[in-house]
Amino acid sequence: MGQLPAVIVDGVLYASWMFVIAVGLTLIYGVMKILNVAHGSLYALGAYTASTAAGYWLSHGHAPMGSYVVLLLAALVVGLIAGPLIERGLLRFMYGRDEIVLVLVTYALFLILEDFTKLLFGVDPILVAEPYGLLGNLQMGRLIYPVYSFVLVAAAILVGVALALVLNRTRQGKILRAVIHDREMSTAVGINVSRVYLVTFTIGAMLAALGGALTAPTTSVQPGIGAEVIVLAFAIVVVGGLGSLGGAAVGALLVGLVRSAAVHYQPEVELFSVYVVMALVLIIRPKGLFAAPEVRKI
Amino acid sequence: MKHRLLRLARAAALIALCASTTSIMAEEAKPIRIGFVTFLSGPAAGPFGVPAKLAAEAIVASINAGKAPAPHNTKGFGGAPVELVVIDEAGGATKQVSEYRNLVERSDVDFVIGYISSGDCLAVAPVAEEMKKLTVLFDCGTPRIFEEASYKYVFRTRPHATMDAVGAALYLTEQQKNIKTFAGINQNYAWGQDSWNDFTAAMSVLKPEAKITTSQMPKFGAGQYGAEISALIDSQSDVIHSSLWGGDLEAFMLQAVPRELFKSSRLVLVAGEPYLVRLGTSIPDGTIVGARGTHGVFAPASPLNNWLTEIYKAKAEGVIPTYPAYSAASAILGLKAAYEKAKITKLSASIPMGANKGVKEEMEKAYQVGPSQEEIIAAFEKLTFDSPSGKVRMTLGKGHQAVAGTAYGTTKLVNGAVTVVNIKEYPAERVQPPDGVASPDWIKGGMKPAK
Amino acid sequence: MKLRDTPLLLIVALVVLLAIGLILPQWALSFVSVALYLGIVVLGMALMMRTGLVSFGQGLYYCLGAYAAGTLDHFFKLSDLLLMVVAGALVAGVVAVILGFLLSKYRDIFFAMLSLAFSMILYGLLVKSSELGSTDGFGLSVKTFAGIAISASAVRYTIYAFSAVLATLFAIGMHRYFNSHLGRLAGAIRDNELRVEYMGASVRRVIHLNYVISAVLAGVGGALMAGAIGHVDPETTANWTTSGEFVFIAILAGTGSVAAPFLGAGIFEAVRTFALQYFPNTWQMTLGITMLLVIMFLPGGLWSVFGLRRRST
Repeated sequence: MGQLPAVIVDGVLYASWMFVIAVGLTLIYGVMKILNVAHGSLYALGAYTASTAAGYWLSHGHAPMGSYVVLLLAALVVGLIAGPLIERGLLRFMYGRDEIVLVLVTYALFLILEDFTKLLFGVDPILVAEPYGLLGNLQMGRLIYPVYSFVLVAAAILVGVALALVLNRTRQGKILRAVIHDREMSTAVGINVSRVYLVTFTIGAMLAALGGALTAPTTSVQPGIGAEVIVLAFAIVVVGGLGSLGGAAVGALLVGLVRSAAVHYQPEVELFSVYVVMALVLIIRPKGLFAAPEVRKI
Repeated sequence: MKHRLLRLARAAALIALCASTTSIMAEEAKPIRIGFVTFLSGPAAGPFGVPAKLAAEAIVASINAGKAPAPHNTKGFGGAPVELVVIDEAGGATKQVSEYRNLVERSDVDFVIGYISSGDCLAVAPVAEEMKKLTVLFDCGTPRIFEEASYKYVFRTRPHATMDAVGAALYLTEQQKNIKTFAGINQNYAWGQDSWNDFTAAMSVLKPEAKITTSQMPKFGAGQYGAEISALIDSQSDVIHSSLWGGDLEAFMLQAVPRELFKSSRLVLVAGEPYLVRLGTSIPDGTIVGARGTHGVFAPASPLNNWLTEIYKAKAEGVIPTYPAYSAASAILGLKAAYEKAKITKLSASIPMGANKGVKEEMEKAYQVGPSQEEIIAAFEKLTFDSPSGKVRMTLGKGHQAVAGTAYGTTKLVNGAVTVVNIKEYPAERVQPPDGVASPDWIKGGMKPAK
Repeated sequence: MKLRDTPLLLIVALVVLLAIGLILPQWALSFVSVALYLGIVVLGMALMMRTGLVSFGQGLYYCLGAYAAGTLDHFFKLSDLLLMVVAGALVAGVVAVILGFLLSKYRDIFFAMLSLAFSMILYGLLVKSSELGSTDGFGLSVKTFAGIAISASAVRYTIYAFSAVLATLFAIGMHRYFNSHLGRLAGAIRDNELRVEYMGASVRRVIHLNYVISAVLAGVGGALMAGAIGHVDPETTANWTTSGEFVFIAILAGTGSVAAPFLGAGIFEAVRTFALQYFPNTWQMTLGITMLLVIMFLPGGLWSVFGLRRRST
């Protein structure tokens, strides 16, 4: 099939876009058992802040390459401010409540942040495209791809590798994994779970904001991008297995490739391809592809 | 002789009263409350909802001060000042039905103007009918409103979306003789689906040999079109049809232009006019662009058009009005025209023949009360009025649905700025079905111009 | 759950509702109708929550019920309210029996996500269907009830009254069910499934049954909504945000009493309308803040306001 290379490239591009967002979501769930609906709003905040900052930077005549640094800094700032604010200011009071209640808390937060973003940045879409075109284009057969798209892939791989290294090789990472595995036991052995939560949520927020910041130059940042992204992220995280890093990667690839194939061969089914995949995976592997085996407590 | 004198006296009194509008009415006029429903949140707010609201507010302020050009130069509606009660169209059709009831019963509005989303229009129309409240739909596109039902209390002052698709097909086939293949990328919801279906139906009549290569239907709000663009490039189509709007259109253009999709494919943007300013030079030369009517850059030069541009720019910090602003203008001015026509009819009917005492009191009474809903409806049906977009004729839907012509043009970069050249206008009869004929049938039947 | 003559109280409430409905203004009638049909859906959710499962896809059945009702009028010209409600219940029930075989195997977040997936698949199917109006949906009207023609001015009251009657019937029914053997099993399953299995009861059967009951209730709610609003579309029925609202109202209400879902629905609708009207630019924020306040200060749901200590959700 002549379109196959395109299907794969498009699928991988889509997957890397979603991976950065999904990995933060799965990390937060794995450690804190919270399915963070507000993750989408953090993505949106990251995108808006990055676009605005980069636009400001570029319109003041600074070096265009610096706009990339501005994007990354914006994401960091959003994550570092919003993360602790939300975790310490709100979530901290809700631990111990039912999982579903926590989901609703994050849903309420999502509603609040939607309007907050609107108040801060207005309703007009923001378009700052210069960083997208700066790196030139890559020719693949008949198709042309901006090099920037592959920056997203590189970022996704970097994030994945970095997280994997941190989780597996560093002490902090092992502490995190301990908490993912068994919260009660971790507290019993003296781990400061509360601080682990703060760190995890902040990292998750930064990742969401990073996803938004990196995507911002490729699209028009408008109200509603948070809601769009969150359902996709949920699907990927559930497919991959909640709390599993590798699962988020595989889930993202699966969803990305299926969607890409649908778009190329059968566009009418594109709309539900994601949900069908999710339903099928859950039917075959009820807890997702790479879920940690749960110890059954009697 | 006496008869004729009486008639003259009656006419003179009428003229005198009309001329002394302000002096009588200034203190006693009850303000007319108009509920205005438009998107203040969500993706439709930026491109459509907020421009419509700004235009409505600017227009109402201007007509209350009597500053609109003739024939709309009376203050307010027939002398009575107008107040807007603006509510957000967000929340979905079910919520909007409840909000409509609240607007009418609790906010006590006299009229309702609103609705950009076709779903909301379809849901609200029967409720307006049930509550007997004159409602003017100002922007939604679906032809279904008056093709599937008839309404007494509901009016729409802009033509429906069939006009956009047919106009696009007509212009395209006239501009480009050699079309072997075409593709589409439209948002996967009613507007996108209808646009594509109407366009393909029109193309099958105008250019039956053209083949459809691919129809991409990304989710509304998707924002990332990488795979769709690859598929479109791969299809090597001569023409790409798109009814994308808002941030989705901007994202699509942003992603498609550097990938050189438009080197080999010509783009048709059915609702592209608002983006001429925003996307500017990134719109490829030769793109066919429409404004869903003779709005914005396609609007005929007229005092009304200048007026709208001026007051909108003043309100919107220098931004020029785009088609939602023009839709709002048509709705408000149409209602105003109908109101004033009804008022004059009522006034002349109120002057009793053969009486020369109590005439002024009778007229004042008629004047203060204002025309009733039924009287305004009677005036609105089959009305022709002037708007910044040109003449609007309420001829379809038994006099409730507006027709007007449309126009399309081609973009061209001139001295670094994007302009629209080769503008062609299409009169209403060529782009809209006659009364009583459903749009899909009319297109399939060859789009014979209505008489 | 205390018995406390709840059925009697409910019947009294019904009589009061029917009486004041005759003098209420239209907007108030509509408002209470909304609380009633949403409350019926949430009553079903409460049943599932007592069984330990929260569905994020209840919109699926709400949508099926609404579209079933709408289809009867729009395509078959059968605009009978009773028929519509029965159709809604039937369609929802049949689909729930089938899907229930699959879904009764899942718990917690996976149950929630899988139910969400199915409701989004229905959403996708409806958006694709131009015969059903895609995202614009289509309209319907109610003209008769059980064959008897209703005058145009009495339609609102008829729908209101029927909703009130159904709500009371279902509430009393649920109340009896909760106090029955099967009903008490639900709570036991929520606490510890394994022990219930050891006791000899079939957990899956009970879950499947409760799932179907909650689906039927959602279907009835959807049909009533279709009649009351006169319009159905995928966005306000099958989309995940609608299901999320049901979950919120369910948590707001708590599982302590069968009347709580209706109160919760009323309060939610009131807050939403209030927010849209007075904060047209920030109504989402208002709603979110209200949700947070309720979650923080009323952990047991509404019923805890009345001093009855119920298990927090």
